[in-house]
Amino acid sequence: MQYLLLIYHSEAEGAKMSPADQSAMYGEYFKFTQEIRDSGNYLGGNPLKPTNTATTVRVRNAKRVVTDGPFAETKEQLGGYYLIEANDLDQAISIAARIPGARFGSIEVRPILPTTQAVKA
Amino acid sequence: MDFEKLHREESGRILSTLIGLLGDFDLAEEMLQEAYATALQKWPSEGVPANPRAWLISTARHKAIDRLRRDQRFERKAEEIARTAQSAVSPDSGSEEEMFIDDRLRLIFTCCHPSLPLEACVALTLRTVCGITTEEISRAFLVPVATMAQRLVRAKGKIREAGIPYRVPSQEELRERLDGVLLVVYLIFNEGYLSSSGDALIRRELCAEAIRLGRVLCGLLPGQPEAQALLGLMLLHDSRRDARVSAEGELVLLEEQDRSLWHTEQIREGTEFVETALRRGAAGMYAVQASIAALHANAKTAKETDWAQIAALYEVLLRARASPVIEVNRAVAVAMARSVEEGLTLLDEIDAREQLEEFHLLPAARADLLRRLGRRAEAAEAYRRALTLATNDIERRFLRRRLGEIGDPLP
Repeated sequence: MQYLLLIYHSEAEGAKMSPADQSAMYGEYFKFTQEIRDSGNYLGGNPLKPTNTATTVRVRNAKRVVTDGPFAETKEQLGGYYLIEANDLDQAISIAARIPGARFGSIEVRPILPTTQAVKA
Repeated sequence: MDFEKLHREESGRILSTLIGLLGDFDLAEEMLQEAYATALQKWPSEGVPANPRAWLISTARHKAIDRLRRDQRFERKAEEIARTAQSAVSPDSGSEEEMFIDDRLRLIFTCCHPSLPLEACVALTLRTVCGITTEEISRAFLVPVATMAQRLVRAKGKIREAGIPYRVPSQEELRERLDGVLLVVYLIFNEGYLSSSGDALIRRELCAEAIRLGRVLCGLLPGQPEAQALLGLMLLHDSRRDARVSAEGELVLLEEQDRSLWHTEQIREGTEFVETALRRGAAGMYAVQASIAALHANAKTAKETDWAQIAALYEVLLRARASPVIEVNRAVAVAMARSVEEGLTLLDEIDAREQLEEFHLLPAARADLLRRLGRRAEAAEAYRRALTLATNDIERRFLRRRLGEIGDPLP
């Protein structure tokens, strides 16, 4: 099964990190990504620029409504994601728990709906 | 052949095995129903098979394979089941009993997965592991049948869609995952033991099921002292079941219970589980509560109870988890161990914080201590306050009786 691991963290807290801590964090992410590449679980992933760069788009009554900022104002913001292949939810959870950001923020684990199934639904 | 009895006692076990074989809760349930229907047709004329359980599993498995083969999308799945299942359900296999037990353990961990809401874990465990019907579960938890059915459907849907596996967690995960399982078992027991309303028969059934689950866990995971502590706790509480309510359905306080009605063999067994658990380092919530239960259960009279140690154990519980309810219990133990006045002072402190305004046990405990001190007017007032808060009929009758005994001036 495929799972999307959504990494939520507090941007405000993250901004307070010292440069040394930040570079240590990058190192950890690099190492973690390499590990799940080697184990064959990695399908993709990226960090995101902060939510002040976000734009939200809706179409209502055939009219485009574009607003600045993320979809929802929350205490923790979506900061990046991994797309992984895992045998089951337990394996996905144990990979999610190894993401460095799990120690500060939260990881939401979402199963991917396969497109063949999506068409059927 | 008592068909009802077979259904009741074996459904959980058979369902666990079928879910394991088929990897699908709904398909397993449906096929088991069909297998039962076939049995009802065939057994009266052809005779009951030597091993009804293996017969039902094998019949349900064949029905599942046929069903899946008819649907081309599942053809591969059908062949897979046909291959793996053949060896697993051979009725003369010597390890048959082991296989069933293994399946149950896997199913317990699936039903109590932390990604499912707790109330769904409780319902799903009762439905699939214990084989209790949806109607009975909804009656026990005072939830409309449709709501309970919906809860079960959602939980099974999540197991399927989120890929919750059907297996016992690895050694590293076991401790953490076992905590979730023990909590579900504890909640099932408490619902049976303490619940404020509901069908008495079903509640007794819940206690029995929780104890059965506790035995399965202790039997299969012998190195887990917290599981042993929980089993000990449940056995000790349950040993008083016949003394807690009088023939007239009145609540009988621990102090006034006829101790000859306590099940001594069960007390011996429960105490042994608690002692083993403590020796092996159990120190969690269940171990402390079980120690308190063991002190009560092994005291010849209420007076001879080691109240000082019980008060100390409540303090241990409080340190682990601040709770005004535990504070009330500790205050009562202090009243018994040292002096009623000291206990009353502690209760008044809790009362002053106004955290327990909805909880009838606080005024009920105060009323009892005031009664012991002969402060009748104040006791009556506290009993009346407890009466306005209590929801359980048995408890309300008890409070009214006490109010009458101290000569309440009001009707």
